[in-house]
Amino acid sequence: MELTTVWFILIAVLWIGYFTLEGFDFGVGMLLPVLARDDTERRVMINTIGPVWDGNEVWVLVAGGATFAAFPEWYATMFSGFYLPLLLILVALIVRGLAFEYRHKRDEAHWTARWDLALIVGSFVPAVLWGVAFANIVHGVPIDADKEFTGTLFTLLNPFGLLGGLVTLTLFLTHGAMFVALKTTGEIRLRARELSVRLGAVAAVVAVVFLVWAQIDTGSLGSAVLFVLAAVALVAGTYLAHLGREGWAFVGTFATIALAVAGLFVALFPDVMPTTLADGVSLTTTNASATAYTLKVMTWVAVIFTPIVLGYQSWTYWVFRRRIGTHHIPTAELAAR
Amino acid sequence: MDVLDIARWQFGIITVYHFVFVPITIGLSAIIAGMETAWVRTGKQEYLRLTKFFGRLFLINFAIGVVTGIVQEFQFGMNWSDYSRFVGDIFGAPLAVEGLLAFFLESTFLGLWIFGWDKLPRGLHATTMWLVHIGTLFSAWFILAANSWMQHPVGYRYNPASGRAELNDFWAVMLNKVQLVTFPHVVLAAYMTGGAFVVGVAAWLYVRKEHVADQALHRKAIRIGAIVALVAGLGVAITGDAQGKIMTEVQPMKMAAAEALYESEQPASFSIFTIGTPDGTSEKFAIKIPNLLSFLATGTWDGKVEGINDLRATYEKEFGQDPGAAYYTAGDYVPNIPVTYWTFRFMIGVGLLTAAGAALILWLTRKGRTPTSGWFGLMALSVPVLAVSGSSFGWIFTEMGRQPWAVFGLMTTANGVSPSVSTFEAATSVIVLTVLYGVLAVIELGLMARYIRKGAEPFVEPPDPDIRGPQDDDQPLTFAY
Repeated sequence: MELTTVWFILIAVLWIGYFTLEGFDFGVGMLLPVLARDDTERRVMINTIGPVWDGNEVWVLVAGGATFAAFPEWYATMFSGFYLPLLLILVALIVRGLAFEYRHKRDEAHWTARWDLALIVGSFVPAVLWGVAFANIVHGVPIDADKEFTGTLFTLLNPFGLLGGLVTLTLFLTHGAMFVALKTTGEIRLRARELSVRLGAVAAVVAVVFLVWAQIDTGSLGSAVLFVLAAVALVAGTYLAHLGREGWAFVGTFATIALAVAGLFVALFPDVMPTTLADGVSLTTTNASATAYTLKVMTWVAVIFTPIVLGYQSWTYWVFRRRIGTHHIPTAELAAR
Repeated sequence: MDVLDIARWQFGIITVYHFVFVPITIGLSAIIAGMETAWVRTGKQEYLRLTKFFGRLFLINFAIGVVTGIVQEFQFGMNWSDYSRFVGDIFGAPLAVEGLLAFFLESTFLGLWIFGWDKLPRGLHATTMWLVHIGTLFSAWFILAANSWMQHPVGYRYNPASGRAELNDFWAVMLNKVQLVTFPHVVLAAYMTGGAFVVGVAAWLYVRKEHVADQALHRKAIRIGAIVALVAGLGVAITGDAQGKIMTEVQPMKMAAAEALYESEQPASFSIFTIGTPDGTSEKFAIKIPNLLSFLATGTWDGKVEGINDLRATYEKEFGQDPGAAYYTAGDYVPNIPVTYWTFRFMIGVGLLTAAGAALILWLTRKGRTPTSGWFGLMALSVPVLAVSGSSFGWIFTEMGRQPWAVFGLMTTANGVSPSVSTFEAATSVIVLTVLYGVLAVIELGLMARYIRKGAEPFVEPPDPDIRGPQDDDQPLTFAY
């Protein structure tokens, strides 16, 4: 296999890692005001992802860095082209990341409320915008012969792009609810499970419309298979949540996101960023890539270190495997330690 | 202002801001890991109390360092897309490797450290902080390798067909001679900063009436912090000296600008204070130490140091011939002299003051003495501020001193900016990020002050997971957000 293809697959894997992991983080953040009835319940929710959210977020940094290294033209065109949405995502990730660490640092109600808002909005914005961005990449955007993006913010806000945003939003909400159901005990667990079923139904409708559209727009046989599997996984996951099989239900949404993203990348291949302009240039795995030497060096690094990373990240999930309930939240006096 | 100016201001603002938190993270993670290890090995309560106290301050600091780091990686593509296209083959690799090796390690093991007190055996728990620290070192290594390549490009060839710089020797980039002196210099400066933070905070608490019961604890921290700061500070000076010689060799213009040395001298004297003419071609007034610059730049007391005007002619001859060959526009090759000149002096000056402050605190608190003067506390807190500003001046110096180049001899900064980004977009970005960062600075300082003032919590034996039974699973978490 060509190294450019290997790196296309690796970058797809990094984005799959990002969306499957931070997807539920975003969902948990957005569902704070919906699922939690009081501050202690909010803290239960936040603490289900407390030890892992930062590690989950690193996937996007590595995806960005790997794109820079393996496909510099793709990185340059995408990041300079999707300027304002990325700025919004950055601001959201900044305030959201700080909310985890700073929310509990003071007891005043207004302090907590502001960081809650940062957490909710900071989860909502990227959950929508990543979907908008990816839908546009798959569909194609105006890129001229100099490989420069010539559109504006409004170019990206087309019906297909917005529907893509709605897909990631509903999928991440479902994924987050499934995660809360899996990681908590008590009333909040039941509430999360019940909500995850309803959210799963909504997400299934939105996702199917989007995936059919994407398939007609740019799909191949491979993407069709993956899209069908994604839809099946979502329906199955939702049904399993309905049956109370929380673990398998979460596996269902996990698989849905992984398969859908994989399908989009398959639909994209061999382009990495197609153009919609007649006289423009589509970025492909070959004309956007780094040299074979760089890809070879990077492949060695990835082959050696990715298994190690996966190993210790999985271990963290094992260490923090326990469900959390309101009785686990320490009192103010305990927290002072 | 055009997009180029805005993009440069943004890079300067957010990078200097980010690097306020970075050296504290690098230095403090090592010190905290050392304190926790000391507790595990000796069982002395004071070590655990210090671990937890500085650990909490560390987390307040780390959070901002992490979130502002995301912008760092994205902005190359956002504001500097032509730069990214031109150097991505070389520059992207260390960034990607940094993410894979460093960021995963730091974030995962910090999560384990924060939440793992009741879940991991004690030795393993202390190990997680060491791994966080190793992560910060990996991070420093790869990002400095990328930066060193911009200062002194090696291990590449320019491909006229693609119009790109292409990597042909990864190890040459990793072992760049600039990298080999820059990495120890930056990391030692970070250790000095971490030590300065510990000694400054501890000394401030040491003389507070409400913490008088904890004087022994704070004296311990003063000694730890001061020793780290002084030893690391000595290393910063030694590596800085080595860096100056390499810089004179590979970027003579930067050294000349750092000295405002307009005409070549042999032997060259070190300027304490120089004012140049407005057109930047000659000096008007200067106070100098004979021969010192020769020693700093070349290692001999009578070595020749080239001046700005000679170098300008050399650079024009070398780079001004065929601007079509690479990404640069022929022009003036002299950096902003006042900025490079003064930041170079401030960097050295505040570095020396940091070490002096740490030594002074150590002296004033010797053998259980307690300074009573009101200024002592303020002086103590200024020590970490000085240390951090030393890093800021150092970076402003080394980046401004490289101008007009983004990659020395290959690409000018002006040619690296994103052509597709509008002034409106760039301005929105710099305004939004600057305002946001300003607000976050206020919040961060407020929290720091609050938790410094609180002092260390009383000793509480952490639950030992080795002797915990399953019935403990219903106990409250030892730490929760």
